[in-house]
Amino acid sequence: MELVEAIILAVLAASTPLLIAATGELVAERSGVLNLGVEGMMIVGAACGFAGAWLTGSIFIGALFGIIAGTLMSLIFALMALGLAVNQVATGLALTIFGIGLSGLIGAGFVGERITPAVHLYIPVLADIPLIGRVLFGEDGFVYFSVALIAGVWWFLYRTRAGLILRACGDNHVSAHALGYPVLRIRTFAVMFGGACAGLAGAYLPLAYTPFFIPGMTAGRGWIALALVVFSSWQPGRLVVGAYLFGAVTILQLHAQGWGVGIPSQFMSALPYLATVIVLVLLSRARTGGSTAPAALGTVFVPDR
Amino acid sequence: MRKSLLALAAGLFLAGNVSATSAADKLKVGFIYVGPIGDLGWTYQHDLGRQALVKELGDKIETTYLENVPEGPDAERSIEQLVRAGNKLIFTTSFGYMDSTLKVAKKYPNVHFEHATGYKRNPNMSTYSAKWYQGRYIQGLIAAKMSKSGVLGYIGSFPIPEVVSGINATMLAAQTINPNIKVKIIWANTWFDPGKEADAAKALIDQGADVIMQHTDSPAAMQIASERGKLAFGQDSEMIKFGPKTQLTSILDTWGPYYIERVKAELAGTWKSEDTWGGLDSHMFAMAPYTNMPDDAKKMAEDAQAAITAGKLHPFKCPIVGQDGKPVECKGGDRLDDGQILGMNFYVKGIDDKLPGK
Repeated sequence: MELVEAIILAVLAASTPLLIAATGELVAERSGVLNLGVEGMMIVGAACGFAGAWLTGSIFIGALFGIIAGTLMSLIFALMALGLAVNQVATGLALTIFGIGLSGLIGAGFVGERITPAVHLYIPVLADIPLIGRVLFGEDGFVYFSVALIAGVWWFLYRTRAGLILRACGDNHVSAHALGYPVLRIRTFAVMFGGACAGLAGAYLPLAYTPFFIPGMTAGRGWIALALVVFSSWQPGRLVVGAYLFGAVTILQLHAQGWGVGIPSQFMSALPYLATVIVLVLLSRARTGGSTAPAALGTVFVPDR
Repeated sequence: MRKSLLALAAGLFLAGNVSATSAADKLKVGFIYVGPIGDLGWTYQHDLGRQALVKELGDKIETTYLENVPEGPDAERSIEQLVRAGNKLIFTTSFGYMDSTLKVAKKYPNVHFEHATGYKRNPNMSTYSAKWYQGRYIQGLIAAKMSKSGVLGYIGSFPIPEVVSGINATMLAAQTINPNIKVKIIWANTWFDPGKEADAAKALIDQGADVIMQHTDSPAAMQIASERGKLAFGQDSEMIKFGPKTQLTSILDTWGPYYIERVKAELAGTWKSEDTWGGLDSHMFAMAPYTNMPDDAKKMAEDAQAAITAGKLHPFKCPIVGQDGKPVECKGGDRLDDGQILGMNFYVKGIDDKLPGK
């Protein structure tokens, strides 16, 4: 029983950064912008988040630093890809490479330092319920926030007029423009939201997951978040399934190795990717049977006045 | 979508920063690192070696390094880049650079190469490595002595001989203290991913391990062990900062003396292709202070270290029994020979797990 609870807690910790980063990217992509710079924004968020927490002693301020850093990074992207209509794929890749270098520079002075990680909530009695107690009532703030975030994004995209307009920009920017919507401004906000989320997801790593900063500590999580958005066919609900499934298989394969089940570890390490792709592909087939990519995704839009 | 997936793949292979100081007729020495110099582990120690080199011979040489160079075909491009920049002696500091280094070495016979931890050589390509299994043996003794649950947790990177021989040395030592000691092994299939290393440490502790050993590069596992009040060993460098009450000791890679010696040979024109495999006696690595253990455990560790250094104790002393219960052939007389250790691809008796790929 305790082991199951421990596993669930580890799964939540592993899934949360993926969920937060992917949620932000989902909004950006629904507005029609493909930002491949998630990894770069995340790692800068990690460096700045750690710096903020180390300097002020506050995890909250650290998280704020991460959000601001990610947003600033995304503004560089917005300036290039939206303002100057540069190719989005190239800009996004450049942002990642830039971010990895920049984070090393920012973080250089903090390598080897450690902080007290984010505190876990503890509601007496409730948190002591076996199995689900600590999962529901004993997590750190990031985990609760990530759930609220994806729920909020779902509500925004499908239940508000603003969300409808954002999706319209992603599906047909010419029509949205013709209707008088400021496509580029909407996309800029969406990209900034994506950056803020990536920055927060990055900050989660040194603030809660492994409380120290090391260059390259995101170790490809930004790319996984990007892939999750695609495989969830841009649907928030499926994104939740994908992120938690990925985290769950990652943790379970480690436990399976510890138990010594005898399956080659190389296969086990590939399993999270394999399982997530298969499940999400099956989910999309069962529902729609076609691609649901925002039709204008990744295309340049220059308003013709 | 195809375009973006291609781009995604391209992004994964783009990395690397160049840093160099320039001067005219100095000997140029290049380094290729697999991680960032701030990884506090493997690459960090290599860069400390490079810094020691600069301190010693800085007026005669200039050094350049490329960090974050992925193993595999892309490494070839980075090594060539150093060659074209005029480096005459190039250290490639990860096992996965082996074939790339050899390929470039054959192409440029006038440039000398030094590849860490590999086994392929050329008239202009040396190899160098350290007998870390000696350190792992000492760790195994300590681990068995300190473990209350009798279960050790071991985080491996990849099932290559170097890591496997470390696991075996640990277990052979541990069994001399507690014949029923168990080890749980989790392969991270990466050298560096702090999150995954932390997850592996959590899984091992949740499954009952109370001493964590790692053969991956970041201090994440040390920190988890510290959070959970367990014990752990550092890796490659001093990690006691991340577990002041947790670290028992750590194998410290000390490359400086070797780098200085090889560059001196290059300067004197006496460099030749060699295979260097140094142990505790040759200062290729050292043990961090023995901490967080009672005096008798500390004394045991120090005695073992002295005996290994003096050549009186060999971790792979025969008879060694494989998992199948059959004794392993003893090619080195009373112990396994270097070839058997360098190519180790079996577990010893007492490990209830299957070696991946066997």
